[in-house]
Amino acid sequence: MKRAFPILAIATAVLLGYATYQALWVAPTEQTMGEVQRIFYYHVSSAWTAGLLFFINFVASVVYLVWRSPKADALAMASAEVGVVFCTIVLVTGPIWARPVWGIWWTWDMRLTLTLVLWLIYVSYLLLRRFSASGQTPVMAAVLAIFGTLDIPLVYFSIWFFRTQHPQPVMGGGGSIDHRMLRVFFVNLIAFSCFGLLVCWARYRLEVLHREVEETQALESLLEVRSSR
Amino acid sequence: MTGSAGLTRATLLKDLRLEWRSKDATNAMLFFALLVVVIFSFSFDPTAEESRRIAGGLIWVAFLFASVVALNQTWARELRNQVLDAYRVSPAPANSLFLAKVWGNFLFVSGLEALMTPLFVVFYNLRALGPGYQLLIVAGLGTWALVVNGTFFAAISLRTRSREIMLPLLLFPISIPALLAMVEATSAILTGEYSAKFWIVLLVTYDLVFTMASLFFFELVLHAE
Amino acid sequence: MLVETAPSPIPPVVTVTNLVKQFGRFAALRGVTAEFQPARLYAILGDNGAGKTTLLRSLAGLSLPTRGSLSVLGATNPREVCAQIGYMAHPSLLYDEMSGMENLCYFARLYGIDDPERSRSLIRWAKLDPQLERPIGQYSQGMRQRVSLARALLNDPKLLLLDEPFSNVDAGSAREMVRLLTELRARGRTIFVVTHQASLLEDAADEFVWMAEGQIVNRTPSLLAAEVR
Repeated sequence: MKRAFPILAIATAVLLGYATYQALWVAPTEQTMGEVQRIFYYHVSSAWTAGLLFFINFVASVVYLVWRSPKADALAMASAEVGVVFCTIVLVTGPIWARPVWGIWWTWDMRLTLTLVLWLIYVSYLLLRRFSASGQTPVMAAVLAIFGTLDIPLVYFSIWFFRTQHPQPVMGGGGSIDHRMLRVFFVNLIAFSCFGLLVCWARYRLEVLHREVEETQALESLLEVRSSR
Repeated sequence: MTGSAGLTRATLLKDLRLEWRSKDATNAMLFFALLVVVIFSFSFDPTAEESRRIAGGLIWVAFLFASVVALNQTWARELRNQVLDAYRVSPAPANSLFLAKVWGNFLFVSGLEALMTPLFVVFYNLRALGPGYQLLIVAGLGTWALVVNGTFFAAISLRTRSREIMLPLLLFPISIPALLAMVEATSAILTGEYSAKFWIVLLVTYDLVFTMASLFFFELVLHAE
Repeated sequence: MLVETAPSPIPPVVTVTNLVKQFGRFAALRGVTAEFQPARLYAILGDNGAGKTTLLRSLAGLSLPTRGSLSVLGATNPREVCAQIGYMAHPSLLYDEMSGMENLCYFARLYGIDDPERSRSLIRWAKLDPQLERPIGQYSQGMRQRVSLARALLNDPKLLLLDEPFSNVDAGSAREMVRLLTELRARGRTIFVVTHQASLLEDAADEFVWMAEGQIVNRTPSLLAAEVR
């Protein structure tokens, strides 16, 4: 398992390189939006990757609550952290894209709004993990993750209906997409997902190691006094 | 085993009695609610036409802030003298305690809303152009949405540092769909321009989902060390 | 180090096996192993930080062990038998704004007791006036502790766990409480008392359990057989 990590890392680096080349050079320039449209490849890919990572967080949280596996808790933490980073990328690239194209910084675009709400929910999740006393943190965080996940369909529907009442610009255009762009998009999607999973895996391993160290230190302090008797 | 509903009722009555006797939280909160309305009225001074459009948002933001102050007090009495340990050690079902607290908060926040609403109507010259009775439904469902999650997150916040800021941090993001629904439904009814039905259905769904989730997980949260 | 008690055909009411409780790196209990017989009054003594409160809370089911196991009234999880356990701590576990009767009647409901007669008789047994309408926040510490003890007895528990019941209590009330405890022990109840005031239990306790640094270091039948450090 540990050998797979460097292999995956190299594969991801290659894939990302190729995907970037495709996105910035090979993909055709968009008709109306121009070069700035290329952000689309990063913007949407990051959104999907964040979604994937939050899904992993949900599954890990459920696994933790059912089996109380500390590794599941470590994975939940790692995936939430990396997911928030990718969410941030979406929220930053969104306005960068919107401003030159539509003249506005922000729009209640479905993807953008959903990402914002997810970002808020998971930042509150990370804050809970940071602020709660160590014994209960895994349980509380897992419960919050489940609440957050239950919220998502409700968020989706509320934004959807809001947009029908108050029409908003749609980012990324509503029409069909050129098949060459689509191909570049898929390459980027896979590259970003691999990258996201790789970083998550690295963070997970770091967290597991960190906990092993703590566990060992705790055991040491336990035995120390006993042996001195 | 005691009837859970009986225990919920007894706990709710006990809380109401305690609040009546001390009145410390109540008075402060009533005054806070009043202040919020006045400050909002200074800050947003629209014409009658505009005010109908934005009043929905203003009112619910004001209710939200007032309710956070109330929600932070939910477990205050149980923290003094470690009363929660008495609950944890007893065989009483955790959900009876939870529901009693939610109902207590619901009644209390509804009381705050009942105080604040006439003031808003006066300051903004409000009049509902749509079906006014629906406002009561929206108020009830929206308040429940806030207090059910608020009471639950207040219990989670008990064991965190900065407990009082933790509650709104956890509550606000998850309440976004409910808040959107409350605001939009209220605007719809006040302006009469479109139907609030979708939002009401969304609120009902939200309330059902999170009431069930809270009831499912509360025992876990209460007993977490 | 354990003092062996004479073998008894009656099964022990509480068995603790290698109980470890850690809060992060701090170990409050470092592997406690002991057996306790029914219908005895055990005084648990030791300095602050010795683990007395943690042990009591573990027996009450308020604190989950990190390692090791315990058996309370035949169950591995005290919460399964919580209806037969009474717990009293230094904070009163009562509402300051309600009177003694109101408090007891309410907490009786947690145990399925709707009849106020039980509360009334317990208040009288604790030598307090059931008609007293003053909120207990205005009681003296001694009176408050007696109401707190009454609360712990509402469900007529087989096992009574008391943490510092005599703290800040006047001598008269303390003696009264000890008298009440011996009465309970005579009725077959098992009682654990954590206290700094061992002298109060000099004649009442069956055994003195000495704790230091998270372990039981000695068990003596009387105070005069001074503990060995």
